[in-house]
Amino acid sequence: MSKESFFSSSIGRKIAVSLTGIFLITFLLVHVGLNATILLNDGGETFNAGAHFMAYNWLIRVMEVGLFAGFILHIVLTLMLYFQNRTKRPVAYAKVDAKENSRWYSRSMALLGSLLLIFLVIHINQFWSDKLVHVYINGEQQIDAYTMVIEALRNPINLVIYIGAFIALSYHLLHGFPSAFQTLGWNHKKYTPIIKKLGVIYSVFVPGLFCIIALAIYFEFVQ
Amino acid sequence: MEHYSMNLNLRIWRQKNKNDKGGFADYKVEGISSEMSFLEMIDVLNERLILENTEPVAFDHDCREGICGSCSMYINGRPHGPWHETTTCQLHMRAFKDGDTIVVEPWRAKSFPVVKDLVVDRAAFDRIIQSGGYISVNTGNAVDANCIPIEKDKADKAFAAAACIGCGACVAACPNTSAMLFVSAKVSQLALLPQGGPERKTRVRNMVAQMDKEGFGSCTNIGACEAECPKGISLENIARMNREFTIASLLSED
Repeated sequence: MSKESFFSSSIGRKIAVSLTGIFLITFLLVHVGLNATILLNDGGETFNAGAHFMAYNWLIRVMEVGLFAGFILHIVLTLMLYFQNRTKRPVAYAKVDAKENSRWYSRSMALLGSLLLIFLVIHINQFWSDKLVHVYINGEQQIDAYTMVIEALRNPINLVIYIGAFIALSYHLLHGFPSAFQTLGWNHKKYTPIIKKLGVIYSVFVPGLFCIIALAIYFEFVQ
Repeated sequence: MEHYSMNLNLRIWRQKNKNDKGGFADYKVEGISSEMSFLEMIDVLNERLILENTEPVAFDHDCREGICGSCSMYINGRPHGPWHETTTCQLHMRAFKDGDTIVVEPWRAKSFPVVKDLVVDRAAFDRIIQSGGYISVNTGNAVDANCIPIEKDKADKAFAAAACIGCGACVAACPNTSAMLFVSAKVSQLALLPQGGPERKTRVRNMVAQMDKEGFGSCTNIGACEAECPKGISLENIARMNREFTIASLLSED
């Protein structure tokens, strides 16, 4: 009997998806934590100091490479699995009553993920651009990631895109969070219900906080 | 509950053989009793079709008591129809009302090619079992049934996994046509028991390799399989197989 190598097997690939997913979930927590300093309403002092730290600390820079690798691996693997899976039912059912056996967002992870990918491109282009890095490199000049964020989110089109993306993220996490642990084999009578509850809290709270910050900026609660 | 009879509109998938394109045919059946099983209702239709000198609808069935895993109809958008934890043969016509239209399709998956009408070839499951779903023992005198102590909890879980009848509803329900629920039940029922111990690592690797080779899709934890399984096989088995497979693959020397 021929044996497969771990990462060419369907389960091995799924485990890579779940590990990168969990990595991205932890990253999101750091990101929302930094953004939340905007709510301090201190004219961006703390936020800019945080942005400065993120840009200059060597450990963070190294982890940034890992973060990009994590994103790329997660995206490439899931899209690969998605397109493979799509070929597995050449004749479609005439009638499918899927709402009786599963949640729409569980069935729509590829769509939600693709929306997030589009947002990610817009987001990186807007906030992690050469412009920002350039300002940093020129040292003495005041780094002003804060003004950049405020200006961007006072634009209603940006705000709508931003909030839309976090709604997609919320549903993506609602499935992805507990799913990552199931894939790793962490299914336990005592702990799975806790993971599921944590997943719901995380999926609502973290994207919700991003949105609250954006709305606070738009409605000028922060200056 | 009151017995009643009903007239129904059936839309049934007809396909001459695996190379035929196939298509739906509409039939009206009258005077169907609410106490008939779904298969008996198809029997009534088939007797009429035979008398009319037309080809009866081909479908798989055997025990008709919900334990063999032969019946495999995708009824109104769900494998084995609308009832929870029920095979098609145990689905009764009281699940429907007079005048209903019922759409009946075969399991649809690349790895389950249609043989004829509602009959699909599920030999892929047999090949997965052949790749590792057994234990090797030297035969001799029958060993006393209780000579190996087994914890009650593990025995119960192994038994629950062994309830899988291999009908393929999990594959039929899954948007990805993943066979993970079936394979994980077959891995679990042996992995949980001491008798399955010696071949535990090679078993899971061989069965997963065969599953992938058969061309089933990959699992994305949607959970439709568990919801539609006529035997209530739990997703816990899939998590167990993921664990078994990861440990066996990473610690193996080949």
